[in-house]
Amino acid sequence: MNLSKVDNIIQDYKGNPSSLVMILQDIQEELNYLPEPVLNHVAGKLSLSVGHVCSVATFYSSFSLEERGKNVIRVCDGTACHLRGANLLKDEIVRALNISEGQTTEDKLFTLEVVACLGACALAPVMTVNKKYYGQVTREKLLATLEKYRQKDSCVLSEPNDSKKTD
Amino acid sequence: MDMIKTTIDGREIEVQRDRWALEVAREMGIEIPTLCHHSALEPYGACRLCVVEVTKGKWTWLTTSCDLPIREGLTIRTDTPAVIAARKTALELMLAQAPDAEEVRQLAEQLGTKSPRFPDRNESNACILCGLCVRVCKVVTGKMAICFSNRGTDRKVGPPFDRSSDECIGCNACVDICPTGCIESRDEAGIRKIPMLKTELKLADCEVCGKPFAPIRQLEHMQAKLREKFGDDFEAGCICPVCRREQTAARLHNVAEKIG
Repeated sequence: MNLSKVDNIIQDYKGNPSSLVMILQDIQEELNYLPEPVLNHVAGKLSLSVGHVCSVATFYSSFSLEERGKNVIRVCDGTACHLRGANLLKDEIVRALNISEGQTTEDKLFTLEVVACLGACALAPVMTVNKKYYGQVTREKLLATLEKYRQKDSCVLSEPNDSKKTD
Repeated sequence: MDMIKTTIDGREIEVQRDRWALEVAREMGIEIPTLCHHSALEPYGACRLCVVEVTKGKWTWLTTSCDLPIREGLTIRTDTPAVIAARKTALELMLAQAPDAEEVRQLAEQLGTKSPRFPDRNESNACILCGLCVRVCKVVTGKMAICFSNRGTDRKVGPPFDRSSDECIGCNACVDICPTGCIESRDEAGIRKIPMLKTELKLADCEVCGKPFAPIRQLEHMQAKLREKFGDDFEAGCICPVCRREQTAARLHNVAEKIG
């Protein structure tokens, strides 16, 4: 585990213990989740008890203590989205990726989360992939979007192979 | 100190401004049930059993009395139907959360809550999440070996990350303060075990009688605290409470003989 990145983030907030939530947010941005050894390290650096950091990190649902996929899909199940079929959308993702809510695919490509509101009710039903919003999602739109992210990642992975071909 | 007049259950009383309503009411002999309150700790307002009805001018509202500072113009009632109803509801919820808690069941019986409206949570548990153990560990012991994790219906008390914590000194403060007695601790074959905290600590043997009596880690913690106070060469000794009492009694006896 590379802790120097974590140390830099802590340094950005001058090691101020009241910035704990911001620090954890930045660490999650960097590492995709909050590994336990990192939380122990943060507690030490900020002179907070591990218990305090544990309470904070487990309190907020936006923090994940388990490793997540490369792409985090958030399906909105707020009132507007719920009425416009958020459940059906969720079921469709569950079928397409063969994971249930809160789980990550075996290839570590996708994680599915269901959240209360994404703040874009006019676009219901809404989902986000990482930070990009997808509104008025239909089955076709969803499958195309998932495929797009699969392609994007396999492209990155297969680049060396492509160059071999041209050789 | 500012003295102000307030009325509790129709009796006017002059008290210091900002004193906690619960304390004042209890001093007046008024009974208010609590589970999350402890005089060694700050008020917390978690169990909601100490609710009272407060009136100020045209407004009347329900609030917890343990963390209600008494101010000018407050009239407090501790026995109105609204108060009783709120306490009953709190107890019903607690019964659902902790069906095994004897103290909760007794209080519920006293207030006449017969069958709770809420189904219990299918897990054998006596924890009402009052936070006394978490607070005593942090404030009195100065550690944080036990903490809250998660939130809402998943909220629970335990060691950080559900793992045995280096912070725990096995002092049993959490065990003693728990109002429902749901933290178990036992000393077996020279080891103190607190299963809920996954703590297993070796006990130190008494220098005099040779019996194990307190976790080594707790004695080290106390030694460090005492050295802060009395200097670095302070030696507390490793004597169990029984032998220490005998030694003190013998010393007093000697003194008494000398004075004769």
